[in-house]
Amino acid sequence: MADTTFDLIVIGGGPGGYVSAIRAAQLGLKTAVVEREHMGGICLNWGCIPTKALLRTAEVAHLIERADDFGIKAKLESVDLKKVVARSRAIAGQLSKGVSGLMKKNKITVIDGHARLDGLGAGGVRKLAVTGADGKALEGITAKNVIIATGARARALPGLEPDGKHIVTYKEAMVPATMPKRLLVIGSGAIGIEFASFYSDLGADVTVVEVMDRILPVEDADISAFAERAFKKQGLTIHTATSVTSLKVDKGKVTAEIAPKEGKARKETFDRVILAVGIIGNVEDLGLEKTKVRVEKGHIQINQWGETGETGVYAIGDVAGPPWLAHKASHEGVVCVERIAGVAGVHPLDVTNTPGCTYCRPQVASVGLTEAKAKELGHDVKVGKFPFIGNGKAIALGETDGFVKTVFDSKTGALLGAHLIGAEVTELIQGFVVAKTLETTEAELMASVFPHPTLSEMMHESVLDAYGRVVHI
Amino acid sequence: MAITIKMPALSPTMTEGTLASWIKKEGDAVRSGDIIAEIETDKATMEVEAIEEGTLGKILVAAGTEGIAVNAPIAVLLEEGEDKSVLAAAVKAAEAAAPKPAAKQASAPAPESAPLPTPKPVAPSKVEAQPAPKPSPQPSPQPAALVASGGRVFASPLARRLAKDSGLEISRITGSGPHGRIIAADVEAFAASGGASAGGGIFAGVGQGFQPAGTRIEPHSNMRKVIARRLSESTQTVPHFYVTMDCDIDALLDIRKEINDTDETLKVSVNDFVIRACGLALRQVPEANVSWGDDGMTVYDAADISIAVATDAGGLITPIVRAADKKGLAAISTEMKDLAVRARTGKLAPEEYQGGTFSISNMGMFGVREFTAIINPPQSCILAVGAGAERAVVRDGELGIATVMTLTLSCDHRSVDGALGAKLLGAIKELIEHPVRLVL
Repeated sequence: MADTTFDLIVIGGGPGGYVSAIRAAQLGLKTAVVEREHMGGICLNWGCIPTKALLRTAEVAHLIERADDFGIKAKLESVDLKKVVARSRAIAGQLSKGVSGLMKKNKITVIDGHARLDGLGAGGVRKLAVTGADGKALEGITAKNVIIATGARARALPGLEPDGKHIVTYKEAMVPATMPKRLLVIGSGAIGIEFASFYSDLGADVTVVEVMDRILPVEDADISAFAERAFKKQGLTIHTATSVTSLKVDKGKVTAEIAPKEGKARKETFDRVILAVGIIGNVEDLGLEKTKVRVEKGHIQINQWGETGETGVYAIGDVAGPPWLAHKASHEGVVCVERIAGVAGVHPLDVTNTPGCTYCRPQVASVGLTEAKAKELGHDVKVGKFPFIGNGKAIALGETDGFVKTVFDSKTGALLGAHLIGAEVTELIQGFVVAKTLETTEAELMASVFPHPTLSEMMHESVLDAYGRVVHI
Repeated sequence: MAITIKMPALSPTMTEGTLASWIKKEGDAVRSGDIIAEIETDKATMEVEAIEEGTLGKILVAAGTEGIAVNAPIAVLLEEGEDKSVLAAAVKAAEAAAPKPAAKQASAPAPESAPLPTPKPVAPSKVEAQPAPKPSPQPSPQPAALVASGGRVFASPLARRLAKDSGLEISRITGSGPHGRIIAADVEAFAASGGASAGGGIFAGVGQGFQPAGTRIEPHSNMRKVIARRLSESTQTVPHFYVTMDCDIDALLDIRKEINDTDETLKVSVNDFVIRACGLALRQVPEANVSWGDDGMTVYDAADISIAVATDAGGLITPIVRAADKKGLAAISTEMKDLAVRARTGKLAPEEYQGGTFSISNMGMFGVREFTAIINPPQSCILAVGAGAERAVVRDGELGIATVMTLTLSCDHRSVDGALGAKLLGAIKELIEHPVRLVL
């Protein structure tokens, strides 16, 4: 390597790391990214993007099954799983190459390998011990600043350890060689629910077990209730307030002990189990031991600027804690880099303005406070709700399940939260995100003209409903 | 071309203001962002920031001039490379553009005939970004040098609403959002800080649509403005502490009766005794007869006692009994009567109320039992005198009745420590309770 001294080294090339690196390069910092696997990280290679490719297949399959509704004679004969997976992998590969191209374009040095903090060198620069992809140590790599963006991985619970074949995590679930007949999904957060929805749409008999009293527990209670009803209608079995206490693999089958909070535990047998019980940060082997960087509950502790307590060492994204979202990681990275570069007027990320999307069927999208959380924080709220069945475009699309819910502070008119479920809501939510970031009140949302006929009209109607002015219901 | 600097509108309601002081002098170089003058309105004193560069060519309105209409020319700025030759013409042009109800100016400019240059429109001022109202009967066609011309305040809708609901003027708030946009958090911080960050009060918006029917704004008298400024300054900058003592004044009342009975022409008041006692106590405890200064302590030899007197016009003034330690009760009484009458009717000469080394505020006549007073800087102490009244007292284990008066001394802790304050108040109490020493 020609040059080994940098203004900034980012450890991890995921959506947090590579976006940080690009922003740093834009600001004139001499930047390098150390990535031990693929540029683009989990998001691009094993998360957001390849799952969206899979879910698109599920959606197409679902539409073919409903072809008759649209006056088309067609029949879903079979699913070529190999091709489905190959398409997903090809898309991931294409995007990963794209990220490498972006690194080149921004003159960012990409180091294939693993980096560890290795104390301070002359002039207070940070030394990094880097092992290249070939296992050889790369000498003399230093940086004034280091951003740790190593992401996270699936969490395992005692007694529920994955074996990679019958008991799997998201990574294996994404590249199935065969379709399971009976599938158990443990955990009903975004990852669990997306896989449950995908496998169910492709014909598996899916059971979801959630320890909390409702699925999608971070979402608004109305969303959870609606989603649960919709999934049950699709044929999924859902057990809430229930835990899986043990998994035993025997002759290719997994026997799970399922224990409801109230009632008797029972045993059920599945072909495959997907563990989706949360994630923990990749904090190991980073040389953090001799620094002031603190790790708690598997995550690096940071302040609002990504600072760790060790001068010149920052952390962003999944490794630094929830919400575990690619766009949160990217934004946190940009804030952190701008802070390092001394850009004036940088504001920390406001988590209540960060949207979350779950690509199950029906889709779920939300931003801001749930109704319950808003009340808990002492807001006097006005709540509006508008169903898909009242929207012309939704009816034309044949997608009449779902609703848009908005929560306002009744005193100030501040938009506190928006919660959507139904077709394409993941593409609608950003309207509310912009509104929220600009601190709009109900007045501006009511005064905005929403195009007809679109699903977005439901956003308008939901706001109108909160103030007793709903039109189409 | 020379630039006319005009009286800025510091708030949407402002129609005129007082030019409190010039920070820059004629001939001074002015850079964009420099504070050139201080303007006083009914609400606040605010700094005027220059947005053009050049040399301050001519001051048209002297410091201290009141009632200057918004948009009236106040100075002429020469741009780089211009010399004084263009000044006369610019001054003349500025004069011509002045609104008719001209201010009572302390110094008149000397116009000379010359072609009329047009003042150049300039960017909005940082001081005020809202559209300036045009209260002047002859609104100037050009944007004022320091005032926004239809500038927009960038603020989020929520910030606007929060400001409106709390009666805050959004234009006074500094924005921290992208490009200085005012966001909700800025309004909340501004409200939490009492609206102090921009010199405006939290209720600066009063008069803009939120007052109940019948509410009106009465302009302040000069005296009210001075009282407001000095007392605010005092409570904000002087670290006050208070010591309180009760005085048995039965003996004092007996002597007073005897004196007043002896001489028909005399009518010595309890307050006259207190003035005398303070004068003597300051002589006994000279280390408390001081003023705090950043460079050193001013130590007074004279014991000049300021006495707070309410005026008929609804203000407050403090005539001074000078050398109270050297004057007899009769002299103090006569002097005080004369001062009080003239103080009430506003006929005191400045030297009769300016100065003083110690103050007394007596609210005994209003039946106030005890209270604390705000120090009158640069003095270090003020004595708050309550009403003398019969109270149950315990003497030698026996319950008895005595006429008791409560005194509370407010002290500036920078110059007078607790023990010293107690020593001074103790000396005052001692004298009041042994009034023979006051008549000696």
